[in-house]
Amino acid sequence: MSSKTVTRMDLAEAVYHEVGLTRKAAQDLVDQVIEELCKVLEKGETLKISTFGNFSVRSKRQRVGRNPKTGVEVPIAPRKVLSFRASHILKDRMNGSKK
Amino acid sequence: MTKSELIQKLSSNHPDLRADDLEKLVNTIFEEITTTLAEGGRVELRGFGAFSVRERAARKGRNPRTGVAVSVPAKRVPFFKTGKELRTRINK
Repeated sequence: MSSKTVTRMDLAEAVYHEVGLTRKAAQDLVDQVIEELCKVLEKGETLKISTFGNFSVRSKRQRVGRNPKTGVEVPIAPRKVLSFRASHILKDRMNGSKK
Repeated sequence: MTKSELIQKLSSNHPDLRADDLEKLVNTIFEEITTTLAEGGRVELRGFGAFSVRERAARKGRNPRTGVAVSVPAKRVPFFKTGKELRTRINK
């Protein structure tokens, strides 16, 4: 089992090998894809990537939090969070299925 | 937005590129992330977020309908942590 960390650069390298593009173009396009994903989520839109999973933006209400060190109560402002729900295909592949 | 809508969007931004190459590009990105997670690795995309693997221990579960106890085996699940930049952008 490897513990390597894959970055944008590794994705660009994989794209370079799969698609007939220059390394530079592969890198730019990987960046553009990721930026497009960010833009969609920024709008609050759900992102559905079949076989991979769904990203959705959820709204959290205001609640009372507490500083764990001092015990002082502080309000936590309403905010939006991004949640990722993996597809069964991804989960299965992480647990030994070759599909 | 779905994956095919994403490919269409990229295609309209890049009339110079073939739509099937762009499809291959998008598929390669998600396939690479999937393979890495399947191998127990981690994917970190600055500005977007990081995917990692979390271990779930085996546990005794119960069929909620019949109440029959079943043992749920240990498994690995994907975990996504939103990047700082994207978190800020979502809350703008």
